[in-house]
Amino acid sequence: MSGANMLQIENLKLIVDDNPVINDLSLNVDKGEIHAVLGVNGTGKTTLAHLIMGVNYLPDDGKIIFEGEDITGYPISQRAKMGITLAWQEPARFEGLSVRDYLGLSNELETGEIEDYLWAVGLPPFQFLDRAVDTSLSGGERKRIELASVLAMRPKFAILDEVDSGIDVVSLPHIINGIVKMKSLGSSVLLITHSEVAIEIADKVSVMCAGKIFRMGSPKEMCQWFRENCQVCGHINVPS
Amino acid sequence: MITTKEEYEEIVDAYGKAGGDKEALKSREIATLVVHENRVLSANEAEGIRIKWEQKEKGVRAELTVEEGKKIKHPVHLCFGILPKEGLQEIVLKINVQDGAEVRIIAHCIFPNAVNIIHKMDADIKIGNNAKFYYHETHYHGDSGGIKVIPKAKIEVGKKSVYQNTFSLIEGCVGRLDFNYEVSCGEKSVTELVAKVYGKKEDDIKISERVSLNGREARSLIKSRLVLRDKARAEVIGETYGNAPLARGHVDCTEIVDGEEAIAKAIPIVSVKNKEAKVTHEAAIGSIDKKQMQTLMARGLDEEEAVEIIVKGILK
Repeated sequence: MSGANMLQIENLKLIVDDNPVINDLSLNVDKGEIHAVLGVNGTGKTTLAHLIMGVNYLPDDGKIIFEGEDITGYPISQRAKMGITLAWQEPARFEGLSVRDYLGLSNELETGEIEDYLWAVGLPPFQFLDRAVDTSLSGGERKRIELASVLAMRPKFAILDEVDSGIDVVSLPHIINGIVKMKSLGSSVLLITHSEVAIEIADKVSVMCAGKIFRMGSPKEMCQWFRENCQVCGHINVPS
Repeated sequence: MITTKEEYEEIVDAYGKAGGDKEALKSREIATLVVHENRVLSANEAEGIRIKWEQKEKGVRAELTVEEGKKIKHPVHLCFGILPKEGLQEIVLKINVQDGAEVRIIAHCIFPNAVNIIHKMDADIKIGNNAKFYYHETHYHGDSGGIKVIPKAKIEVGKKSVYQNTFSLIEGCVGRLDFNYEVSCGEKSVTELVAKVYGKKEDDIKISERVSLNGREARSLIKSRLVLRDKARAEVIGETYGNAPLARGHVDCTEIVDGEEAIAKAIPIVSVKNKEAKVTHEAAIGSIDKKQMQTLMARGLDEEEAVEIIVKGILK
C-alpha cells in the first residue's frame, strides 16, 4: 500500500560541461510504492539515480528530501545508513568476495535468509553462495545478485537502475519477482527501466526527457503515451 | 637456550597462530617436517613419501621424494621458522615428484618476533610426467619489518603435469622480499604461479617470476596481487616465453596503491619464439576502484570498511 511521502525531489539541477543534464526536475515517491521512470537513452535517468544516492555528483541547485530530511549534501554512506541504496546498471565486480559475504554486508544474516534472497531472484543458493562476485559471473547473474543484495539490505528506499536490462526472457520473471518481494518487505522502489513488463508492476510511472519529468500516470497510460510520443519524437533530449 | 621439547611446542603454537593445522603435525599418517633455525625438530614420512634431511651450520638441507604413481591423500605439512628476534635460516630444499605422483604441500614460514632475520630458501623442484604438484606457502611475520625473505626456486614440469604454486605474505610486515622463481614447462603441462603480498610501512618487495613454455601445448598463468600502504614499494616482473607450438601463457598483475608514499611497478615481459605460440599480459596499477567503493558504501559501509573488504578480497 502506498502512503506518506518518502522522497521529494524539488527543482533539481545539474549542469555538466554547460549541458543541463538534470533540468529543474521534481519528483515525489510515496512510502511503499514502486515508482517507475521511463525514458529513452541519454535522458538523465542514471544521473538522477546517482544524485539521489550521492554518487559522483552534487546538484547545482534544488533539494533531495528523504523522510522530511534534506539529504542533498550527504555522503553515500550516510544516505545508505538512512536506508537508501542503489542497484547499479553495470554492477561492480569484486575479486575474492563471495556471494554469501556480499549479501551479508549490510546486515548480519543467517545462511537461510541469504538463501531466501537468492531464491527470490531465481538463483539456486547451492550454486552461488560460495562463488565470488567477480568476472566469472555472467552479466545476468551479476545483476540478479545485485538485486538480491539490495533485498538483503532491507532498505527503506531502493533505486534500481535498469536491473532488467540485458536479462534473458527466462530470467526476467525472477527479476520482477525480486522487485515485488522488495515492495512486500516494505521498501519503496524507484525503478528505472525500458521494459514494459517491468513497468506493469509499478504503482506510478514518470516519463523523463532532457533531464526533466514532464508526465506522470498509471503504467498503462504512460506506456501508451511513451509509444505514441517519445518513440516517434524528432527532438529527443532537446530541452523544449 | 631452550630445550628441544619447549622449542617444538613453541613453534607448533606459532604455527597454529599462523593458520597452520597443529593436529596435522602430530598425525602419523601425515608427512611433516618442522624446522626451527637450523634444527629439524620433527620429521615424519607417510606412505609414498620419503624425507631426508641434514642439519647444516646455518640451516637445513631437505630432500622430499614422492614415489612414482603415488597419490598422497593428506597434504604434506612443512613448517620453517625462527622464534628469536635475530637469526639466519638457509633452507635448501629438493623436491622430486616422480611420474604419475600427486601431492599437495602446505608450507608455513613463521617469524613472529623478527627484528633482524634472514630467511633464504633455495628450492630445486622436479615434477615428472603425468604428475600433479600443488605447493601453498604462507608467511607469518611480526610487525617490525626486520626480516629479509629470499625464496629462489627452479622448477621443471614434465609432460602432461600440473604445477600450482601459491605464495602468500599478508600477515605482519613483509620487510624485504626478493622472490625469484623460474619454471620450465614440458609438453601439455599446466603451470600456475600466484603471489599475494600486502606491503606496509617501509616494506620493499621484489617478485620475479619467469616461465618458459618449452613443450608443445604447454600452458601457464602468472598471477600477482599486491596491496601497498604507507611507504611500501614493490616491483613485480612476470616473464613468459612461448617457445613451442600452441603454447599459451598469460601474465596478470594487479597492484593497489593505498598510501601517499607507496610505489608500485609492474614489468610484464612476454616473448614468443614460435609462430604458433601465444602469450598475453595485463597489468593494472592504481588506487582502489571508485565504483567498488561506491557500491559498498551504498550498502552502508564507511570508507575504511569498504577499503578493508576490497583489500581482503584481492589478497584472499
